[in-house]
Amino acid sequence: MTINASGWRPERPETNADTAPATFTGNRALMLDEPLIFEVGSTETTGVDLAEVPAGTSRLGGLERARAIGLPGLSEPETMRHYTRLSRQNYAIDLGLFPLGSCTMKHNPRLNEKMARLPGFADVHPLQPVDTVQGAFGVIHELAEWLITLTGMHSVAMSPKAGAHGELCGILAIKAALDAKGEGARKVILVPESAHGTNPATAAFAGYAVENIPASDAGRIDTDALLARLGPDVAAVMITNPNTCGLFERDMKTISDAVHAVGGFVYCDGANFNAIVGKVRPGDLGIDAMHINLHKTFSTPHGGGGPGSGPVVLSAALSPFAPLPFVVKQSDGKFALIEEESAGDDHPHSFGRMVAFHGQMGMFTRALTYILSHGADGLRQVAEDAVLNANYILRSLEGTLSAPFAASGPCMHEALFSDDGLAEGFSTLDVAKGLIDEGFHPMTVYFPLVVHGAMLVEPTETESKAGIDQFIGALRSVAERAKAGDASLKTAPHFAPRSRLDETQAARKPVLVWREPVLAAAAE
Amino acid sequence: MRYLPLTDTDRQAMLATIGAATIDDLFVDVPEAARLSGPIAGLPMHASEMAVERHMSALAAKNVAAGSVPFFLGCGAYKHHVPASVDHIIQRGEFLTAYTPYQPEIAQGTLQVMFEFQTQVARLLGTDVANASMYDGSTACWEAIGMARRITKRAKAILSPGLHPHYVSVAKTMAKYTGDALDTATPTLDDDFGIDALIAKIDGETSCVVVQYPDILGRIADLTALADACHANKALLIAVVTEPVALGAIRSPGEMDADIVVGEGQSLGVGLQFGGPYVGLFGCKDKYVRQMPGRLCGETVDAEGKRGFVLTLSTREQHIRREKATSNICTSSVLCALAMSAHMTLLGEAGLRRLAEINHLGAAAAADRLAQVPGVEVVSNAFFNEFTLKLPREARPVVRALADRGILAGVSLGRLYPGDGDLANGLVIAVTETTTQDDVEALARALAEELA
Repeated sequence: MTINASGWRPERPETNADTAPATFTGNRALMLDEPLIFEVGSTETTGVDLAEVPAGTSRLGGLERARAIGLPGLSEPETMRHYTRLSRQNYAIDLGLFPLGSCTMKHNPRLNEKMARLPGFADVHPLQPVDTVQGAFGVIHELAEWLITLTGMHSVAMSPKAGAHGELCGILAIKAALDAKGEGARKVILVPESAHGTNPATAAFAGYAVENIPASDAGRIDTDALLARLGPDVAAVMITNPNTCGLFERDMKTISDAVHAVGGFVYCDGANFNAIVGKVRPGDLGIDAMHINLHKTFSTPHGGGGPGSGPVVLSAALSPFAPLPFVVKQSDGKFALIEEESAGDDHPHSFGRMVAFHGQMGMFTRALTYILSHGADGLRQVAEDAVLNANYILRSLEGTLSAPFAASGPCMHEALFSDDGLAEGFSTLDVAKGLIDEGFHPMTVYFPLVVHGAMLVEPTETESKAGIDQFIGALRSVAERAKAGDASLKTAPHFAPRSRLDETQAARKPVLVWREPVLAAAAE
Repeated sequence: MRYLPLTDTDRQAMLATIGAATIDDLFVDVPEAARLSGPIAGLPMHASEMAVERHMSALAAKNVAAGSVPFFLGCGAYKHHVPASVDHIIQRGEFLTAYTPYQPEIAQGTLQVMFEFQTQVARLLGTDVANASMYDGSTACWEAIGMARRITKRAKAILSPGLHPHYVSVAKTMAKYTGDALDTATPTLDDDFGIDALIAKIDGETSCVVVQYPDILGRIADLTALADACHANKALLIAVVTEPVALGAIRSPGEMDADIVVGEGQSLGVGLQFGGPYVGLFGCKDKYVRQMPGRLCGETVDAEGKRGFVLTLSTREQHIRREKATSNICTSSVLCALAMSAHMTLLGEAGLRRLAEINHLGAAAAADRLAQVPGVEVVSNAFFNEFTLKLPREARPVVRALADRGILAGVSLGRLYPGDGDLANGLVIAVTETTTQDDVEALARALAEELA
C-alpha cells in the first residue's frame, strides 16, 4: 500500500444527504448482511488442521455412516468473519443500557471470564476421582456458604441449571417434605397473578392445581384474599419478592407465618434478589425455598439466552429433602461428594437427582469471582444503587408516562409504566421499537400482566448517571411522540438491521431449518 | 468499587430528584425488623482484581486438569480439542452479553446462530427439526420422555440398560411427580447392547423406548429393528447421543427411524468444565414439532421483505401458556450452542468425519494395547471412541491408585453403579484426538504394574 504522495487530501463534500445510492451488495459500509453458512460453506472445506488418520481396522460393527451429513465448513478466517459480522447485528450490555425488567442485565465483568477459563476449572472432568478435584468442590462450597449467609437460609441446592429449574427444585423439595409428613393430599399452590409464567408452569409440572391470587390496587398481593384462601389443601404459595411490579411485598412475613400456621410452605421466586442483596435476608421473612439466578444478581453472562444457573436456598425444614449430588466439608478439611451411593445413611430423604454431574460449574466460578470482588460491602451497595437508579427513572418519567403504582411509594430495582395516555392506535410496542432507533434495548413489555401495556424498566446498578439521563431523555422523547400520534413510530425501528419482523407468518408456516432452495420449493 | 459507576455526588443529586433524604428512605417497605443495618458480619469486604485472581487461582491449582496428565475419562463428557477461534467468538460482547432475543430487530446475530445451529443439529442427528438447545443431555432426555407421553397419551417408558445412570436418575426423580412408569435395568458387563431384550418389553402401553447410542459402556448397535418394533406398537423411539462426534462415523439415529433424538453437545466446542454448563440437543420428526419443548427460531421476513429470524411457536412455552405449557423451561444454553455451532462450522463435514475417524481408530488401537495387559479383557466389540475393560479386580481402587501415579484412567463402573458387584470390575476408557500413543502406553504400563 502506498500513501498519497501528491499531498492532496479529501475535503468534506458540500452535501451528501440525498445522494446515497443503492449499493451493489446491499450492504451499507459497516452495516453488513451475512448469508447463512449453508449458503457460503462447502462440505469439503475445513477450518481445522487434524492429524493424519492412524492406520487400523474399523470396529464400527457395520454401522458406518453411508449418507452425507450435510455440514458446510468454512476456513478459519471465513469463520471469524461470519460470526463477527453476525455479532454486530446484536444489541448487548457491552453496547449500552439494557433495561429489561426482571432480567437484571448488568455488566458482566471480564475477570469472571478469565477465572472460569483457568485450566483447573475449565479442563476438569466431572467424574474425576474426588481427590483430584478438591479445588472445584472448594468453589462450590465457598459459593454455597456465601449464598446461605446472604439469604439467611439453612442450606443451598447448587445443581439446578437455571431459574425455572430452581423453581422446580424448590417445589419438589416442598412436595417431598409434605409427603414425609403424610400431607401429600395437599394439591393447591397459590400464585399471584403478577407472577412469572414459570411459576404456574412449574407448579403444574409437579402435579399441583394452580390458583391465582389477585393483586391489590397498589401493585402488591391482596393479602386478605391470600389469607382467606389458606387451608388444609394448600401445599405452598409462590411469591416473587420484590415482585414483578417492582415493589417489595411488605406483608411477606405475615403471609409466611400464616402459611406455616396451616402447614404449608413458602416459595420465593428470587429473580429480583438484586434489589435486596445485603439489605434484607429472605430467611428473616419466613421463606422456605428461593432460587437465585446467578445470571442475574451475580453477573454471569446471559449469552443470548443461557446458560443460566439457579441454586436454591432452603430452610431447615426443607434441607433434608435437597437434591443430589452435593458437596460437604469433612472434619479433615477435605470435601466429599454426596451422591446416590453415599446419600443412603446420612441423607435418606433427598428427593433425587435433577441433572447429570454437578450443575453449572462454569457459572459458579464466575459468580464466586463476582461475589469476592464486591464483598459484603459492595453487594449491599449493588442493591442500593440498583434501587436508586430505578427510583430516579420512575420519578423522572412519571410526569410523561403513566406510572400506575407510583403513589405506592418507592419502587425497588425496577420502575413500571403503562400505555395509558398514549394516542389512539399507539401501543407499548411502538414505544419499544422507537427506543431501538434511539440506540437502546427496549424495556420488558407487556409483563407483568396486571398492568395494561406494561413497560418494566430495570436499569441495574452498573449504569452511570449520565447514561441513565440519556435513557430518560430518549424514553421521554419517544413517549411524547407516541402521545402525539407520530406516525413514524408505527414503522419503527427505522435504523436497525431489520425492520419489524412478521412473527405471525413465522408461526403459521414454521421454517425451522434451512433447506436447499430447490428442496424448499418442492416442499411448498 | 470498580463495577459501580455512581459517585457519591451522583447519588446525592439523584436522591434529591427523587425527593428522598437517604437511601434507606427507598427501602421503607422492607419491615424495619428485617432490614440489615450494615454489611453482613463475618463476610469479607470488596477485593481488587489481583486479590480475587490470587484466591481463585489457588483453588484452581488444587484440581488436576485433564490436559496435564494422560486422560481417559468419558461417560457423558469428553475431552476434545476446541479451536482457539471458538472461544474468541463466544467472548464477543455482542454474543456474550446479549439477552434472549425478544426484540428480533436488534438480535439477528443470536437468532441466525440459533437457526444455523438448529439446522446443523438436525442434520447431525438425522431428524427433520431441532430446537435451539436445552440445559444439557440429562434434562433433554427427560423432556423427551415427557414429550412421548403427550404424543402417545401413554405413560410407560422403557429405559435401556445402557442409558447413562445419571440420566436414568434424573428421569426417576421427575417420574415420581408426573406418574410415568419407568422400566429400568442396569447394564451387563458384556458386549450385548440389548436390542432383543428391549423389543421383548414393548407392548400396547409403552409410550417410548429410550436408548443411548453409543451406550454408557461405549457399545453401538443398529436401532432399525427397535424402531420398527416401537412403531408397530405405536410407541416412539427416543435415541440419546452423549458423544456427538460419533455421528461423524456412524449412522445417525434419525436415519434408523428414531422419532426423537436428544443428546449432549458438550463434545463439540464446549469443553469439560466439571460438568456444566453444557448444551442439550433435541431433534424430532416434523410431525411432532408442536409438542417439542424449548426455544425455537424460525425464518420470516421483515416489513421490507428482507429475510430475518424470530423466536417462534412460543405458544408452547410457559410465558404464554403458564400452567398449560409443554415445559416450565425458560432458558436454553445459547452461548454453548454458539460454541458448538462455530466448532461444527470450522470442522465442516470433511473435518468432522476425519475427526471421528481419528477418534475411532485411536480407540481401537488403545483397546488392542490394553488387551495385552495381563488379566485385562476388552469386552466391547463394536464401539466408537469408548470401550469397556474387565479388570481382574474392582476397578474403582485401581482408578484411585492410578490417579496417584498421575494418570486419570477412565470411569470405573463402581463409581456409576455403586454396590453392583457384577459391574465393579468394569472400567470405561475414552480415547479422543487429544490422546497420544504415549498416553496409552503410560496407562497400559501403569495398569499392568497396578494389577501385578
